[in-house]
Amino acid sequence: MTFFSNIWRNEKSREIIVQILVLFFLGWFISWLVMNVNANFEALGKDISFEFLFIPAGYDINQYLIDYNNRDSHLRAGIVGLLNTGLVAFFGIILATVLGVALGIIRLSKNWLASKIAYWYVEFTRNVPILLHILLWHGIIINTLPHPRKAISLGEVTFLSNRGFYIPKPLTESGIELVYLFFVVAIIFSILFAKYCKRKQDLTGVQYPVFWINFSVICFLPLIAFFLSGMPISLEIPALKGFNFRGGMHMSPELAALTFALGIYTAAFIAEIVRAGILAIDKGQREAAESIGLKPSKVMNLVILPQARRVIIPPLTSQYLNLTKNSSLAIAIGYMDLVATLGGISLNQTGREMETMLIVMLIYLSVSLSISAFMNWYNSKVKLVGR
Amino acid sequence: MSEKTYKPGNYPDLPPPPGTVGVYGWIRKNLFSSISNSLLTILSVVLLYYLIDGIIGWFFFDAVFDADSKIACRKIDDGACWAVITRRVGQFVYGFYPEAERWRIDITFLTMFVAFAPLLYPDIPKRKWLLYFSVFYPFFAFVLIMGGYFGLQKIEYSLFGGFMLTVILGVCGIVCSLPLGILLALGRQSNLTVVRTLSVCFIEFMRGVPLITLLFVASSMLNYFLPPGTNFSILVRVIIMFTFFSAAYIAEVIRGGIQAIPKGQYEAADALGMNYWQKTRFITLPQALKISIPGIVNTFIGLYKDTTLVVVIGLLDPLGIGRAALADTKWNGLSTETYLFVALFFFVSCFAMSRYSLWLENKLNTDKK
Repeated sequence: MTFFSNIWRNEKSREIIVQILVLFFLGWFISWLVMNVNANFEALGKDISFEFLFIPAGYDINQYLIDYNNRDSHLRAGIVGLLNTGLVAFFGIILATVLGVALGIIRLSKNWLASKIAYWYVEFTRNVPILLHILLWHGIIINTLPHPRKAISLGEVTFLSNRGFYIPKPLTESGIELVYLFFVVAIIFSILFAKYCKRKQDLTGVQYPVFWINFSVICFLPLIAFFLSGMPISLEIPALKGFNFRGGMHMSPELAALTFALGIYTAAFIAEIVRAGILAIDKGQREAAESIGLKPSKVMNLVILPQARRVIIPPLTSQYLNLTKNSSLAIAIGYMDLVATLGGISLNQTGREMETMLIVMLIYLSVSLSISAFMNWYNSKVKLVGR
Repeated sequence: MSEKTYKPGNYPDLPPPPGTVGVYGWIRKNLFSSISNSLLTILSVVLLYYLIDGIIGWFFFDAVFDADSKIACRKIDDGACWAVITRRVGQFVYGFYPEAERWRIDITFLTMFVAFAPLLYPDIPKRKWLLYFSVFYPFFAFVLIMGGYFGLQKIEYSLFGGFMLTVILGVCGIVCSLPLGILLALGRQSNLTVVRTLSVCFIEFMRGVPLITLLFVASSMLNYFLPPGTNFSILVRVIIMFTFFSAAYIAEVIRGGIQAIPKGQYEAADALGMNYWQKTRFITLPQALKISIPGIVNTFIGLYKDTTLVVVIGLLDPLGIGRAALADTKWNGLSTETYLFVALFFFVSCFAMSRYSLWLENKLNTDKK
């Protein structure tokens, strides 16, 4: 017995024993699961195979970014769904960022009324489940907006109705290449110019209004090209034909509801993150910046924001990730995202729960793991170098 | 300016300059301190005016509180038609729990506050006795809600619904996920490679996939992983998934707390000759949990809000009841009213939780005073 009790009392050997026991238990558990799956599948006459991905899906998807019809495979349906997830996440992130940053800054403003409004917006929004936001917006669009014939028109070019939003669609004609070319030239120029100004400032201390110069170059150069090449872009304005609109770009009620809900919900969290980030900067930094005579805008741009960015970006990224994951709730209102196509209709049609859910989970997992890898890289890059 | 000399001595304080005190001073300082600030104020007032003008009227003054159908509502007034709620309020609260047995839910719910009081308010008088009740409470609640013992009628899980289901899912998930989350956080910080790797894999997997896919797994696949013939209720399966999901998030929050503890604390504990469990119990956890309270409560609020997702797999939480009501042709199209009502419920409970966390944070904050 002394031999065993000695092994147990030695810290190193005890650690090894515990780990072996854990591994053993894990192996037993996994084999138990596999055995159960085998037994269950045998009883049901099922197997695991991914061949179903290549047979025709047989269902329609009302919104697709790449060509799709119901004779295409389940795989393609899944890709269409994935792109739809990306689309709504993209719009949602833009809306959430703009709204969230604005609200975060307003909450810190000296204006009592505005800051209270922002505060109650944040409290009301983030304390209500995202699914409710989605259903509420969908309900409002479907039930309270008028029929296309009486659609609310914004300047006779954009129409809001219960069948969705109709937005003018830019049509390109020949000669557009010149505009693209000038746009690229303008961007290259502004990058080089910014570098040049930075070097000049480092050497001599002279500052140029880099932002405004670059901004006007990027805006006006393509505009000049646009007029030179004879205005190759025209807008196709949606028009009422029969019971619905024709032409223009169509934003379905589902996409609109999902974008609004995700954007508005996530904005509340982003507002808090921005506020916390700005508050986290030591008061002395602002005071020091003011005391050396920087303008308020420069205090913000050169002193506060560069430091706040370090605090803000990691949680901001995880909010973007949350938004993307929350977009999977689209299934509740029938927006055809990844979960609704591959994990919904394909699953029901083929009866392959294991395979479809595995693919869906792996896709989300790889997206979120790669974003957290990026976040770790960013964190290590901007980390304060300790002494 | 005439020179005025003061002899040394006491003089009464001068009054503050006019325009910096009183209501006028407050308004000037907080609402109209600069041009941009004044513009912001005017914009806010305009926004508030439209909000109040449009919404309050719709909400209260033009609203109809009882009618037979949507059409009957619209005949009376053109505001909100709350009849869709008032006619089904029982379902919204209890789901399809038999009406004669609903007192059991009421009692369970009321005693829940008694059971939670000693845990939530450490200063409560007679705390020790109440704690005994807290330990006993889960069994008490289970028997009362499920029935089947002591002559109580047995109630099927499938009849559960409404806010009652939300509270059951939320409370069970919260209570189970905290211990699991603590274990996972400790596992992730462990020296044992195998334990650490397992914890990391579990946490990252749970955090990486949307909850809804986990619920699909619970509803359609979990039975494949169990011995043939095992069949346990969807409610339990869903609670397990909620527990796993939020435990992963809690683990990350607590890990943040553990990492924030200064190294000297561990070194001091080692120097005193404490073993791992003593160190964890007396040094690590008390400090780590204190730091991570806001994060933990936020995770709880998130879990509580996420219980609405069960509607996607067909459980009748308030959203499910609401959608069933809307599917009725009598109430078709009253989605705004229904969802706003449910939203109000969630707002009240989540807001209360976040206020509690603020209170506790201030109470436990011993170093800044």
